[in-house]
Amino acid sequence: MKTVEEIKAAIEAAVPGAKVEIVPNPGPSGEHSLLLGHEQAVEVARFLRDDPELALDYLSNVTGVDWLDKEVTEKVKVKRQVTKTVDGVEQTVEETVDETRKHVEPGYLEAVYHLFSMARKHGPVVLRLRTGNRTDQVEVPSLTMLWRAAEFQEREVFDLYGIVFKGHPDLRRILMWEGFKDHPMRKDYVEPDDYEYEPTAHDQVLKRAQAHQAQAAAMGQEGAGAGQ
Amino acid sequence: MAIDQELKIEMGKQGVFVTTIQELYNWGRRSSVWPMQFGLACCAIEMIATTMARYDLARFGAEVFRPSPRQADLMIVAGTVTKKMAPQVVRLYNQMAEPKYVIAMGACAISGGPFKQGYNVLKGIDRYMPVDVHIPGCPPRPEALIQAFMTLQKKIDSHHLTGEGRPRYLDPDAPGEFKVPEPGEHDLEPASNQGVWPVPVVIR
Amino acid sequence: MSTFETIPESTSQTSAEHLAERLSKSITAAAEADRREGWNRPPVFLPESENGVLEVAMGPHHPSTHGVFRMDVSVDGERVIRLKPVFGYLHRNHEKIAEGTAYLASMPYTDRLDYFCSLTNNWAYALAVEKLAGIQVPERAEYIRVILAELTRIQNHAAAVGFLLQDMGASGTPLMYAFREREKILDLFEQLTGSRMMCNYMRFGGCRVDVTDAWLDRARRLVAGMPQFVDEFEALLTTNEILMVRCQGIGALKPDLAVNAGVTGPMLRATGVNYDLRKVDHYGIYDRFKFRIPLGDHGDVYDRYMVRILEIREAVHILEQALKEIPAGPIMDPKTKLRGFRPKPGEAYGRIEAPKGELGFYLISDGGSNPYRYRVRPPSMINLTVLEDMCLGHNVADVVVILGSVDIVLGEVDR
Repeated sequence: MKTVEEIKAAIEAAVPGAKVEIVPNPGPSGEHSLLLGHEQAVEVARFLRDDPELALDYLSNVTGVDWLDKEVTEKVKVKRQVTKTVDGVEQTVEETVDETRKHVEPGYLEAVYHLFSMARKHGPVVLRLRTGNRTDQVEVPSLTMLWRAAEFQEREVFDLYGIVFKGHPDLRRILMWEGFKDHPMRKDYVEPDDYEYEPTAHDQVLKRAQAHQAQAAAMGQEGAGAGQ
Repeated sequence: MAIDQELKIEMGKQGVFVTTIQELYNWGRRSSVWPMQFGLACCAIEMIATTMARYDLARFGAEVFRPSPRQADLMIVAGTVTKKMAPQVVRLYNQMAEPKYVIAMGACAISGGPFKQGYNVLKGIDRYMPVDVHIPGCPPRPEALIQAFMTLQKKIDSHHLTGEGRPRYLDPDAPGEFKVPEPGEHDLEPASNQGVWPVPVVIR
Repeated sequence: MSTFETIPESTSQTSAEHLAERLSKSITAAAEADRREGWNRPPVFLPESENGVLEVAMGPHHPSTHGVFRMDVSVDGERVIRLKPVFGYLHRNHEKIAEGTAYLASMPYTDRLDYFCSLTNNWAYALAVEKLAGIQVPERAEYIRVILAELTRIQNHAAAVGFLLQDMGASGTPLMYAFREREKILDLFEQLTGSRMMCNYMRFGGCRVDVTDAWLDRARRLVAGMPQFVDEFEALLTTNEILMVRCQGIGALKPDLAVNAGVTGPMLRATGVNYDLRKVDHYGIYDRFKFRIPLGDHGDVYDRYMVRILEIREAVHILEQALKEIPAGPIMDPKTKLRGFRPKPGEAYGRIEAPKGELGFYLISDGGSNPYRYRVRPPSMINLTVLEDMCLGHNVADVVVILGSVDIVLGEVDR
């Protein structure tokens, strides 16, 4: 099978103006992925499916990933002009100083597609689509029209992550009930306070118990047993 | 018991069968407990295995699994009750005719079990309706389900038809239906039925 | 119209006419594109009778839905004209819980995905983690995995056929036969792993406990008796007239739609597409064994039934070879540390041929002790994508049979 670089070159040759970026995978599996731009994503996917050499006719897996805002701390070497007193004379010297800079990389939601070929029996080719942010720009193009296999899986991603797939024929909640407001697979989902005493004393349980106690104390309940 | 046990046995030897209405009533009731054909998750497979040839639940008069709640006496809550499923479970219980019994089979039906921390998992069906027998295990073995049946039969046998200790279905004032929870925006509403499940108080 | 007449001819023709009529009304460029793109969508069926359409909710409590599955069916008389599956009644948050616990602690949860086949679920998860962290598995462990996976396949297919016949109205006998054999296999599992159903047996880089010679002897005796069981089962069922009438031509699936919809497992092979991950991916040590892949022709319920029966026979062949050749040696990779297991950052998608289809695990590691993303690719759920296409135009009674032939387990569909 072609390597990711070759696939990227083939896409760029076949679909003019397609934005494709390689997302490297540092792990031992070596499954690198292709990040697609929104405008040409459907065209690129159609090329991958219909190209006789790749023939990725089988979409195996669609999933969402939630990447939170993360604070990146990096050490940068900065050249600075420093005024120093050398041998009693004040001089301006250029010096290299280590500086820690912090900046927040904005989070995004990601839809990941694993493609295989049943005709040529190779794969996987991993496609990624990213949303603009985690709050209001949560749209990505849907690939359901190309691979029917995406129909329920994209609905599931919509349900649990809140990614809106543009062009999906039937985008409704699939696992949770209609009328449910949250997207529970997101990393910052807060469960309803439904704590019940658990004898297992691991950190998570203790944390939940403490949160529940605090909430019960705030509401002025006596005893603070299991929550309503 | 109005009749002396030894006398009863002695008369039985003579070919005279003596009983009380209460005994006869309970005997009939416990010997044909028809469960509802109602599987939720993993435990349902063990429930099916119990009815199959090796474990043979028919020995206890309980092999007739009824698909309709109207014809069933016993609901075996076999498996995880999710918040999406809980309203249907309670509604099915309400549709069953009295007298009705409930066996909570498996850790999930009792308390949520291994999935207790899940956002969509109900932490025990006894939050919404009364349970007669709990079977621990994940999943409980078929022998455990048979044990639960025998426990339930003993419980039915010990029922008094009149007086203070009579079961719920003979008490006209006791509730036979329970509130069906509504799926809300974040959780089920209410989170438990008042009167069925007392909110436990932790004493430190 | 009696149940035993062949229904699809008359109804599907009229539905095709409906479709053609609908499409011919506006042959514009947009409609052309729509037809090209929408070939994989279910056709639109319109009601024919004047009595109106009846909406039936089959499930979530329905004796034939194999658990808590619901289908919203619109019927025009007896004919199904629309069917929408509704999931989530057993959504137990497996993925969320797994993202909050250590890698090893998710192993018992995988048992409860597809609770008929806990050992293949274990294997798929172990394979994905091994791919994520680059772990090698010793040879004896690979043999044990193959033996257990094929035993799992036998008991799953036997039970699936039993339930299919149960749904068809053959209440009792076939299911009793299937469960009789299943109990024997469960005894083997129990002797080895300590549990009948939730085995929790495989580990990253091997297996939990070694098999004894006595266990292997018992397994050999069981496998030697298995062809007799399949013969008996087939004598009872395969040429049974009622079964043939209820199954043949019902729920036919076309291979191109099956591939496009991501259908895998016996359902895909019943349409004639030769795609078995044991042959394609060569995972484990499957390329050492000689076995054939049964394929169907028509993709209907009967072909799915036959593919399952033949797969039991092939599984017996694999078991015979594996039980003969199993070498001595270690069963765990000595370099793998199970406690405090922290794979390097990266991601991996591991998949195996589970009895229901391609079971995949997609893991993203951020270097911590918990997976950052843990995703199960459930074959049962994705096989249900084409349920509507298969059921349209058939009778309501056939919906039950078609669903039975898909062989779903709700623990896996909803997770």
